[in-house]
Amino acid sequence: MQARQNLGRTIAAHAVLITWTLVALFPVFVIVVNSFKSRKAIFADPLSLPLPSNFDMVGYTTVMHQGDFFQYFLNSMIVTVGSLFCVLLFGAMAAFALSEYRFKGNTLMGLYLALGIMIPIRLGTVAILQMMVATGLVNTRTALVLVYSAQGLPLAVFILSEFMRTVSDDLKNAGRIDGLSEYTIFFRLVLPLVRPAMATVAVFTMIPIWNDLWFPLILAPGEEVKTITLGSQVFIGQFVTDWNAVLAALSLAILPVLVLYLLFSRQLIRGITAGAVK
Amino acid sequence: MGALTLTQVTKAFGKTEVIKGVDLRVEDGEFCVFVGPSGCGKSTLLRMIAGLEDVTDGEVAIDGVRVNETAPAKREIAMVFQSYALYPHLTVRDNMGLALKQAGVSKVAIVEATNKAANMLSLDVLLDRRPAELSGGQRQRVAIGRAIVRTPKIFLFDEPLSNLDAALRVATRIEIAKLHRDLKATMIYVTHDQVEAMTLADKIVVLRAGKVEQVGKPMEVYNNPDNTFVASFIGSPQMNMLSGAALGITAHTLGIRPEHVAISRDKGSLPGRISHVEKLGGETLVYVQVEGQGLLTVRLLGEYDWQVDEAVYLSPDQTRAFLFDAGGLRIRT
Repeated sequence: MQARQNLGRTIAAHAVLITWTLVALFPVFVIVVNSFKSRKAIFADPLSLPLPSNFDMVGYTTVMHQGDFFQYFLNSMIVTVGSLFCVLLFGAMAAFALSEYRFKGNTLMGLYLALGIMIPIRLGTVAILQMMVATGLVNTRTALVLVYSAQGLPLAVFILSEFMRTVSDDLKNAGRIDGLSEYTIFFRLVLPLVRPAMATVAVFTMIPIWNDLWFPLILAPGEEVKTITLGSQVFIGQFVTDWNAVLAALSLAILPVLVLYLLFSRQLIRGITAGAVK
Repeated sequence: MGALTLTQVTKAFGKTEVIKGVDLRVEDGEFCVFVGPSGCGKSTLLRMIAGLEDVTDGEVAIDGVRVNETAPAKREIAMVFQSYALYPHLTVRDNMGLALKQAGVSKVAIVEATNKAANMLSLDVLLDRRPAELSGGQRQRVAIGRAIVRTPKIFLFDEPLSNLDAALRVATRIEIAKLHRDLKATMIYVTHDQVEAMTLADKIVVLRAGKVEQVGKPMEVYNNPDNTFVASFIGSPQMNMLSGAALGITAHTLGIRPEHVAISRDKGSLPGRISHVEKLGGETLVYVQVEGQGLLTVRLLGEYDWQVDEAVYLSPDQTRAFLFDAGGLRIRT
């Protein structure tokens, strides 16, 4: 009965969403388009699509030949996936303990674990560097995984413990009566039910890690362990910047995150809208 | 085989005591119902028997063996939850067989036990479905089936019918009663619905604020309540509580069930005015506002045409009345 009114609203809503999508995708579009153009064309007409006259793969060839880009990719991938794994596993476990068990200092512990959300981890860079030097972890991917895990855990614990509170107590108790161990209850009963929340946390954790330049630069600048963001920096000089190469490297760097995001996105949408629609 | 003894059992969350010293014995094969208003601690007590809550003080014993420190899975109990609590990732068959699988029972024995339980509850055709594909009533039957498969010493039911609609509730209630007759197992059943309590129980335990108010057979509790709380909690519609002072008797309160109050247009001891009439077909409930006594309920069998605002007289049947003192305790003569 409200079809007509809804049509107007639908159009308005879509107009707003489409506008926002265009605004958000515009920088990505410019990067990808220009990565296929010659240097001259990039500066002459940055918004035009690559035409046969100005098409140039020089950026990609530079990227492929200078430095070991495949290795950088691999490093970024290892660090991101490794950190993601630690954040999700330990975050979920801590969240389960906080939401499920009654123990002294439960609330305080929860607050303590969530405190990291408010304090940027970069404030502790010097101390972290000293620690890594002392433990001999400088120039290793392990150092980055550890730091990123620490960076991602507070938000993960905070979000996941809220979600775990919503998992039915009866279900967990039924498991206990049937003789399941607490680990089985956690992995088999609770985790599948909070999967949407896990995907949300995964995406929010993954993107800052993939994009980070700070810690790779400080903790792992070695050629062997360079991440893609750090690797792209070789093309940015103080006086001359090889824009073709920079744009090509950035275009390539989008791909893996895109794949990871697509993997999580189905779950993500459910995670964000959970509670809005019961 | 499945007798339960609670000795001075208490439970405290921090400083708040929710169970305040409960003594109870449930015999083997008995159907015992814990009934009370919400927040009276009946579910907590059940969970303590199951081992899902620690016992703060006192002793829980099954077949004479103390089980305070025994893990839930080792107590040989099975529990049916209000929210069914089926494992969403398992089929009906696996849901029912999981406990046996965990206990290391052979596959053949599990299949046999599952089939037998499924047969009893006519779940045969549903065995390969997942919980999400079942209706509420079917899910609750699977939950009951999961309990049967374990052949436990004691069945625990935590408000199993509360999530079902009215018609299904009656059907499942009958099914549970039949199950109890067939299995002859000890069952402990928690509900806030006194109809379920009356119809299912061999023994009713009325709880209020963490204390046992009265224990007895349904008809004992109904016909011989110990105090005003039990008198007004058991029975629907509620017992009328009349002030003794206004009636001119020595007892503080006189309790009279709605069916034991006569209503008349011309004679009776309590004059009043009808404020509402409910016709249910089989019975008629008349609510009468009586000066100094408040709203009293009269229950008449059959259909009657009483009008709202009509002036009437009520006369309680003194032989069926219960007398209570100022503390709410029954005065027995």
